[in-house]
Amino acid sequence: MKKIVKKAYWNPEKEQTWINQMAAKGLALSDYSWWRYVFEETKPGEFIYRIDLLEQDTRHPESEVFLKFLEDSGVTVVATYLKWVYLRKKASDGPFEVYSDIESKIRLYRRILQFWSSLLAMVTVAVLVNFVVFIAELIATGTPDMWVNFACGILCTLIGILMYITLVQPVKKQIKKTQKEASVFE
Amino acid sequence: MPESSERGSLTEAVFYILLALYEPLHGYGIMQKAGEWSRGRVILGAGTLYGAINTLLDKNWIQAYKSDDDSRKKEYVITDLGKRQVEDELLRLEERLQNGRMVTGGGAL
Repeated sequence: MKKIVKKAYWNPEKEQTWINQMAAKGLALSDYSWWRYVFEETKPGEFIYRIDLLEQDTRHPESEVFLKFLEDSGVTVVATYLKWVYLRKKASDGPFEVYSDIESKIRLYRRILQFWSSLLAMVTVAVLVNFVVFIAELIATGTPDMWVNFACGILCTLIGILMYITLVQPVKKQIKKTQKEASVFE
Repeated sequence: MPESSERGSLTEAVFYILLALYEPLHGYGIMQKAGEWSRGRVILGAGTLYGAINTLLDKNWIQAYKSDDDSRKKEYVITDLGKRQVEDELLRLEERLQNGRMVTGGGAL
């Protein structure tokens, strides 16, 4: 039996927790694309899931070598999109972490930070374009005709602030916390 | 160019990877060996292992091993330079162990 759930997650950590909760209930993720999660019924707790962000697109030769290495070590690549990969391993194989040392964990958080930062940069460009168009129109005609641009500018600014608070900030905190840990443990 | 033995200790992951590669092994084999030796305490993440193998290849502490049977999994083996790192590490560990035991008096709280 397949179960399809449509859900949008921004935070990969929360997404991973949710997928693992589903797996614990006997619903194992078997595919993902564009906010559409496909689950298959299995024994409860059969798999452990991890979400990873690669350095390159998943089709890049370097990524292919890495994913092949993971598969050779008993990891199944369940789904990929952009640079994100959904991985799983049988729980009976023991604990499953892709990165077991602090340095690699920090590198993963940095990649996530970079991913959000580039999205945030796009939003910033959208803000600027909208405001520039609005002001240019205001100067040219004297009557602000482009209220749509003004509204879009404001909306994008709000989205940007929200993204910064909910996505960028937590990862930055996480990196700081982990770096502190790294000065004591390896 | 010989590297100084004065640099810091090896990470536990690197130490066990080098040790496991005294015999040619593939990635999964390294993970199993490290787990076995540490009685399940050291669990090398596949991503960590992948990164470490590439770094060690760059440093020439390990090299790709060409086996006769064309098994599809890549195997690696330690080099002489790598063996020297392990031996240096053993000296550092010995020193730590001795100093630790001396001060704690064997560890009885």
